[in-house]
Amino acid sequence: MSNNKKKNLTPTQQQYQAFAKKREVKRPVVKNCIKAFFVGGSICAFGQAISTFYMHFFNFTEQTVGNPTVATIIFITMLLTGFGVYDHFAQFAGAGTAVPVSGFGNAVISAAIEHRTEGFVLGVGGNMFKLAGSVILFGVFSAFIISLVKTILIQWGGF
Amino acid sequence: MVFLWAFIVGGIICVIGQIMFDVFKLTPGHTLSTLVVIGAILAGFGLYEKLIDFAGAGATVPITSFGNSLVQGAMQESKKHGLIGVITGMFEITSSGISSAIIFGMIGALLFKPKG
Repeated sequence: MSNNKKKNLTPTQQQYQAFAKKREVKRPVVKNCIKAFFVGGSICAFGQAISTFYMHFFNFTEQTVGNPTVATIIFITMLLTGFGVYDHFAQFAGAGTAVPVSGFGNAVISAAIEHRTEGFVLGVGGNMFKLAGSVILFGVFSAFIISLVKTILIQWGGF
Repeated sequence: MVFLWAFIVGGIICVIGQIMFDVFKLTPGHTLSTLVVIGAILAGFGLYEKLIDFAGAGATVPITSFGNSLVQGAMQESKKHGLIGVITGMFEITSSGISSAIIFGMIGALLFKPKG
């Protein structure tokens, strides 16, 4: 909690914050990191296997092979999410499943499945990018700024 | 050999995400957004391409590659059309990730019922 926020609290509230902080369960950071490393690493090694397959049989290069690999991983994520396996897996692995592109796929697909009871237009259509939207927004906006600066430097700076 | 580097580099990127979760107490949304921005910045300096050459899927599978391919697409097109290319080329490379997420999301919503 920032200091600015703390100033606005009454003494009782401040006491409560201190008390809550003491009672907060310590997260097993090292154990979580090891789990994330092995699960995330395995997903990437699996992705490498898919990439090697596409490079061998469909003439992709090292730089372009990311596309079909990502699509395949998202397809597998759909199956795992639909059968309810992914949630258990994600609970165990933490960032190990969230950081690879499967986490992005899971965020979209689980939101789509969860909201289908509200109808396909307002439920699925409206909520599909509820979680993943921030990733797209910040990715696109930062990429726009960076590319803009780089283009201007190249065109007018003569780099 | 490339499998081992994919495993190690992918694992390290996931550990960075896990540290953001646990030590800095960020939500998954904040963490993933930050990683995408980091990927875009690395791509801006041309470092991410080198990482892909080195680690293969270890660099293309984590979400950071999303930021990288947005910048790559924009830069590719801006070489041909100048500043307008930045906007028209943005999704050129990333389209597979987003369109497959949308398509499989819809198929998933048609096929599966929510649990719990």
